[in-house]
Amino acid sequence: MASLSSLLKVLLYGLIGLFLSIWVVQNPQDGLVARLVTYDKLAVLLLQHFYLVGVSALLAVLTAVPLGIALTRPGLKSWAPRVLALVNIGQTVPSLAVVALSVGFLGVGSLTAIVALWIYSLLPILSNTLIGLQEVDSSITEAAHGMGMKGRHVLFRVELPMAAAMIMAGIRTAVTITIGSAILAAFVGGGGVGNLIIAGNNISRWQVLVLGAALPVLMALMADVIFESLEKKVRV
Amino acid sequence: MIRFENVVKRYPGEGADAVHNLNFEIASGTICMLVGPSGCGKTTTMKMINKLIRPTSGAILIDGRNIDTVDTIELRLSIGYIIQDIGLFPHMSVGENIATVPGELGWKKERINARIEELLELVDLNPKVYRNKKPNELSGGQKQRVGVARALAADPPIMLMDEPFGALDPITRAKMQDEFLHIQEKIRKTIVFVTHDIEEAIKMGDNIAVLKAGQIVQLSSPMEILSNPADPFVSELIGGRNSLKMLNLMLCGQIMKSLSPSEGEKARATGHGLLGLKATAQDALSEMLRTGQRFIYVEDGDRIVGVLEFEDLLERASRHGLSQ
Repeated sequence: MASLSSLLKVLLYGLIGLFLSIWVVQNPQDGLVARLVTYDKLAVLLLQHFYLVGVSALLAVLTAVPLGIALTRPGLKSWAPRVLALVNIGQTVPSLAVVALSVGFLGVGSLTAIVALWIYSLLPILSNTLIGLQEVDSSITEAAHGMGMKGRHVLFRVELPMAAAMIMAGIRTAVTITIGSAILAAFVGGGGVGNLIIAGNNISRWQVLVLGAALPVLMALMADVIFESLEKKVRV
Repeated sequence: MIRFENVVKRYPGEGADAVHNLNFEIASGTICMLVGPSGCGKTTTMKMINKLIRPTSGAILIDGRNIDTVDTIELRLSIGYIIQDIGLFPHMSVGENIATVPGELGWKKERINARIEELLELVDLNPKVYRNKKPNELSGGQKQRVGVARALAADPPIMLMDEPFGALDPITRAKMQDEFLHIQEKIRKTIVFVTHDIEEAIKMGDNIAVLKAGQIVQLSSPMEILSNPADPFVSELIGGRNSLKMLNLMLCGQIMKSLSPSEGEKARATGHGLLGLKATAQDALSEMLRTGQRFIYVEDGDRIVGVLEFEDLLERASRHGLSQ
């Protein structure tokens, strides 16, 4: 039943976005809006946005989860508190600052945006992976070792499945935040729905601004519901 | 056979040995209880057998082979392991939990499935009902049964049990102890059983090793421990009422006077109190006190095969007491 209500929520948010887009395209305020907002242009911006978020989140998962695993292994365990403290400090830096900093290193373009978003979404995934693995009851892992399970089997068949919900929660946070932060990509030439906000602001057309603000919000809500149900699915 | 030779364990930064110069043997097919207060080294002793803890010096031999020369994984796969909070994997079904060690050993799927069914029946859980349940759907006693089944999965010759019944309520605990002894009669494993409960040690053990501050102060049969405590520490651990506890170790079937079938028929006609062969002498005493009679009949199935008199109990208990 939970999955049915999640599906309905995703559909609802999608339809709101769709009707809002259709309404602006069909009933533009004036010619300027009509030229700026077309179905083709919206599709390109949404795809760009999706691409920015998808690539950076994927990179973040591929780096943060292995790093989190490494930091809970016997050799590197002592580093975990320090890395976690660093990560927590890092999370307080505004995303705009991260984007601005990456421009300094990489210039403008979608690569800059992806790197900035990747660094920013690393943090919740890493901290949740660390916490999730640390919270696995040590008596259970000791039982697994004591029974003769190989080290990698203990990791993949016991520890990771038990930490999966926590890791998924980190990915959920990272993705929803990144969908919002990806608006900033427009400032560094990375494209995405943020372009609508900048353009709407430049030409002072409220329809464009509303659409540019609403679409990422709806995307974030959809992602939140999808990852919430994934999280429930892997919960022990 | 498990043999400890001059085994010492000292944890880094500790002033004293956790386990000091252990020398003892556990015979194959017997239950050896390691009993003592917290911090006496009983769990450390047990965990050295499956190399979860490495001794500082000395050697542990299993069937004459030093475990240092055996591959750790191979060693552990040949030793069943049950811990207090059971350590069942919460994300796996009962069947998957039991399949852990066979899976590690690379058994074929059909063989694993057959084994799961066999083991669930051994521990008295209906495979159809319980196989696909998750551990959090089970009661404490049921979890414990699954823990036993999981440890027995690959039929290891040795089992290590670390306070396996410690978290159960007294009634379930007594029931699990009885069932486990019943299973042990069939499987005859070499079992190392850690407990802080002397009553459990007396009930379950073929031998009891009493540990104090990392050393064995007495290693002998339950009867010997009760009738001949090695020192005041052991006496205190037993906590008095030794004779009553000893009666608990004698079975009616062992100490009764046999009756012929015709005598049995006559005895049945009296309608006097009856106990089974497996009832303890303590049960018999309690029954005598309840009925006010100085004797009780013992039945095997529906046949009365013996009689137990109050004087017999008196003599048995005091004879053991005298040897102090």
